[in-house]
Amino acid sequence: MRAFRYARATDPGGAAALVAGEPDAVYLGGGTNLVDLMKLGVLRPGLVVDVSRLPYDRIEHLPDGGVLIGGAARGGRIMRDEALRRRYPAVTRALLSGASAQIRTQATVAGNLLQRTRCPYFQNTATPCNKRDPGSGCSAIPGAHRDLGVIGTSEHCVATHPSDLAVALAAYDAVVEVRRPDGAEVLVPIADLHRLPGDTPWIETVLEPGDLVTGVQLPPPPSGAVATYRKVRDRWSFAFATVSVAAVWSADEVALALGGVAPKPWRLTATERMLAGTDPTDDEVRAASRAAFTDARPLPDNAFKIELAADLVAAVLRDLRSTGAGR
Amino acid sequence: MTAGSGLSRLEGRDKVTGAARYAYEYPVEDVLYVCPVGATVASGTVTEVDGTAALADPEVVAVVDHTNAPRLLPAVTADELVFQSPSVAYRGQPVAAVVATTLEAAQEGAAQVLVRYVEHPHRVALDPDDPDLEQPETTNAGFPGTSVKGDVDAALADADVVVDHVYTTPPQHNNPMETVAIIARWDGDRLLLHDSNQGPWAAATGFGMLWGIPPEQVSVVTEHVGGGFGSKVWPTAGAVVASVAARVTGRPCKLMLTRQQMFTMAPARTATRSHLRLGARRDGTMTAIDHDTLQYSSVIHEFVEQTGSATRTMYASDNLRIRHRLARLNLPTPRVMRAPGKTPGMFAVESAMDELAYALGLDPLELRLRNEPSTDPASGLPFDGRHLVDCLQVGADKFGWTARDPTPAARRRGRWLFGTGLASAMYPVYQQGGKATARAEPDGTFHVSVAAVDIGTGARTALWQEAASVLGVRSVVIHIGRSAYGRSSLAGGSAGTASWGGAVRKACAELRRLLAEHGGAVPRDGLEVTADTAADQLPPDKARHSYGAHFCAVRVDADTGQVRVDRLLGVFAHGHALNARTAHSQLLGGMVMGVSMALHEQTVIDPRLGLFVNHDLAQYHIATHADIRGLEAHSLERADDDVTLVGGKGIGELGIVGSAAAVANAVFHATGVRVRDLPITLERVRAA
Amino acid sequence: MTDQLRGDVVLRVNGEDRVVNLDNRSTLLDALREHLRLTGTKKGCDHGQCGACTVLVDGERANSCLLLAVAAEGREVTTVEGLADGDELHPLQRAFIAHDGFQCGYCTPGQLCSAVGMLAEVADGVPSWVTADLTTTPDLDDDEIRERMSGNLCRCGAYAGILAAIREVADG
Repeated sequence: MRAFRYARATDPGGAAALVAGEPDAVYLGGGTNLVDLMKLGVLRPGLVVDVSRLPYDRIEHLPDGGVLIGGAARGGRIMRDEALRRRYPAVTRALLSGASAQIRTQATVAGNLLQRTRCPYFQNTATPCNKRDPGSGCSAIPGAHRDLGVIGTSEHCVATHPSDLAVALAAYDAVVEVRRPDGAEVLVPIADLHRLPGDTPWIETVLEPGDLVTGVQLPPPPSGAVATYRKVRDRWSFAFATVSVAAVWSADEVALALGGVAPKPWRLTATERMLAGTDPTDDEVRAASRAAFTDARPLPDNAFKIELAADLVAAVLRDLRSTGAGR
Repeated sequence: MTAGSGLSRLEGRDKVTGAARYAYEYPVEDVLYVCPVGATVASGTVTEVDGTAALADPEVVAVVDHTNAPRLLPAVTADELVFQSPSVAYRGQPVAAVVATTLEAAQEGAAQVLVRYVEHPHRVALDPDDPDLEQPETTNAGFPGTSVKGDVDAALADADVVVDHVYTTPPQHNNPMETVAIIARWDGDRLLLHDSNQGPWAAATGFGMLWGIPPEQVSVVTEHVGGGFGSKVWPTAGAVVASVAARVTGRPCKLMLTRQQMFTMAPARTATRSHLRLGARRDGTMTAIDHDTLQYSSVIHEFVEQTGSATRTMYASDNLRIRHRLARLNLPTPRVMRAPGKTPGMFAVESAMDELAYALGLDPLELRLRNEPSTDPASGLPFDGRHLVDCLQVGADKFGWTARDPTPAARRRGRWLFGTGLASAMYPVYQQGGKATARAEPDGTFHVSVAAVDIGTGARTALWQEAASVLGVRSVVIHIGRSAYGRSSLAGGSAGTASWGGAVRKACAELRRLLAEHGGAVPRDGLEVTADTAADQLPPDKARHSYGAHFCAVRVDADTGQVRVDRLLGVFAHGHALNARTAHSQLLGGMVMGVSMALHEQTVIDPRLGLFVNHDLAQYHIATHADIRGLEAHSLERADDDVTLVGGKGIGELGIVGSAAAVANAVFHATGVRVRDLPITLERVRAA
Repeated sequence: MTDQLRGDVVLRVNGEDRVVNLDNRSTLLDALREHLRLTGTKKGCDHGQCGACTVLVDGERANSCLLLAVAAEGREVTTVEGLADGDELHPLQRAFIAHDGFQCGYCTPGQLCSAVGMLAEVADGVPSWVTADLTTTPDLDDDEIRERMSGNLCRCGAYAGILAAIREVADG
């Protein structure tokens, strides 16, 4: 790990001032991914600005039925919010499926959204990786890509976004609150937060230097909706998603987002259109799910994810519609 | 399942309070931290090690590489000969090390060392058509590379039913929770080590060979060890680096490999490929067993996993052929991992037996009963205790096997497909001679010392029990974990406790006789006896193994292909257990590792880069707590299994052998999908 | 703001304030092990992937390998050395011995701290991935314990004993 300076921000303006003019500064939240990547040498900041104690750790239930979760809120705190658990089961289950209890308690919401891919080559500085070392080449495409993306990827990068929480937030059309260094507050729909790799895989979000994620707004859940998050992985706990799905189902609307398949939470918009207001069979759901993958770029060892996703979406919608729970 | 009965661990309190001290945790004045640098090419020659940037940090004391390291002498494997030449045989091989006054500086220094290479072509794929495959004379543990009885080809041609399949297991890493950890210090020509290993005497011997000094000149202290599973049997490349750094700097040096470094600077289990052909008559009598195995070693050292060795002894057949072939790859030299040879080999054999049972329309238990040999099939020797049938029958009874409908893919409830499977287990009996010292003090206390090590097996407690029982008193202090106590066995081959226990018993018995000669009175200077069991070993006149049977119940998610083990029941015949509680934990631990192997474990190789891709515990999956349900281990303590000096047979490795096949067989029963390549991933289950 | 790459850090560990001069790069884990001589907390992977380094931070379980020591200032850290009350072992410590909930013992301090934090989470009504109903107080059955303890790997495979030990304490 490169030696670095450390500063603790005591107010939002102070955080922005600390990183101003510091091209190699980073914000520190829970640190569960940042410190990991610093140890690996993937990130080598010269200045670490600790924003974990800024007053962005609130969970506020809004009059319109929505909720605001602060960017610095840690999982340990979120999981203790009974109303959130009751009203947003897919968010709750997504959070509970992520990492381990010890990581969840410490990790912040902002850090969760901005965590980096777990592509093994991105994490290994001794190998080429376009995301970590622009222009060096993608090792995963001709190499070990079984856990990587099948859609939204490019010839330069097939990394997936590893967050579970972000997938559920995407299904609820959450909006990310960002504080600009000049103090301006901007709102970014979660669907727009992450960028696809294209030919610039090192640019992962629309955020600019100094931007601070201060919170996430969840709109009220659709009335009468049932929702869940289900995660398929290689162990029964403590593993990243092979494929996961967040589903919000109501009589005339359905929202579906997938994890484990793409560089960002992947909304199945085509599928949603086909299924909205219908009473589909499993086969119809599978067909509708496949329709969302017409632009997929599967690789030899991860092509199975497309059919797995179709089977998973069918299973989850079947369970959701019959029992209201899709665990 | 609650703990077995038996004395609880002597060091239990120390382990739950954090007081138990592991190798890296001894306070040492003026200590330096060492971080090795691994090669970033899979084959080549180092042309330059540039430590300038690293040395710019005032906290960095030295950069060690092949140009300034002292010469080492050949020891156990070539991998240990660190910094002896510019040649790179595999990615991750140590090419330099940074020594610094702080851990942070050592690690950053290692990142700053610039190593230049000339790269050579590399090969890392295990390929049965590789024209350069070797046919080794012998395997690890001294089995013949090839053994043939009868005419296998003719028997296969004449067989009513033939099962002919290839089974593979991937490279696996032992991954003890504590990585390789060591503090090394030189006192003139004496090497003083606090080291995490599976035998302080073996460590003293190995380091002594490397440095050209007798083992008595190497002092090894190994009080507690955070697991080994074979990875710490001999000095690892990583541990040797610390002794080199201490020599170069003249100061004590401590090193703990990172988890990532454990994948190349400590050994692993080879990938294996087993081509099995079983021939049988319609009545289920097996007429041919042909096990053609392929494994790899590095390009710098020959290590041959004894993948076919269990096949020598499991089932009767007049025609038996076992072959080992070896690929030489640009990968670290593989070494032993829990039940070497038996674990991957028995996955193949016990899967193939299940396939043969289906091909014959026989219950897999019945197939095994019909082919129970009266003498050891390969050697012809009589058995010294063989209770495989006993294990199978007791297990079937406890598990409720007899009610089983063999039809595959016929039990679905909701989204789950249910199935059951069984497999046999075996492990050979090993025992080594060694020394132990028993001493009586005038104050009525007894001190018993042996260069044993407790890597979690419960050896410390069992040895205390042996000493106390022979001496007939409780006022015994057991001393283990120091090479100074003399030549002694490894914690390996499931032989540790029996070997050490034999020496302890002998020393205590002799001390008791000596005490009697003194009329029971201990002289002022005490009484002391050192016993050696070198001459007391078992003659090679019989085939000696412990046996077991696993019964597994799984459920498979019909939508996704995810496999969950609901129950794994093992019955094991190992004779007398010195401590039923810790023995029970050992058996369960082996079974857990078997489930982990069946469903999770694989080290992924990138053939282009010659890289172990998933070199951490987020990517190299081992079973979590959530993956383990319904474990049961039962022991059959049959008197004719009491063959070692302490009675009983080895326990530590038995539990893993065959367990992965029991899982795979249950998955077939649940789904109708036969997975012959481990691990059983969901896409393999879904592929059918 | 500081230009310093290291400095004095006040860590509150097991109820005691300890001042230690640390490199900013020091993790809480390395600070405990290398500077405060509290070696009960173990390093297994150094990347939050095994749980051996689990401690309690403000009463919640955390991987000390992923916490910068300097960022842990002002937070209450409890390590395995702080679980017992003098010579009186914590009930979980006693139960781990009674049920042989360990073999090599290297994951044990992390398992113990994790179990303490886990029982506190349950008492606060925190559900887990396997909780069927997110709106009621979770019933701590065996699968719940297994899931909640899955951040602590045990390579010796002592899970059955760990489960029995926690079960006993949870059931009072």
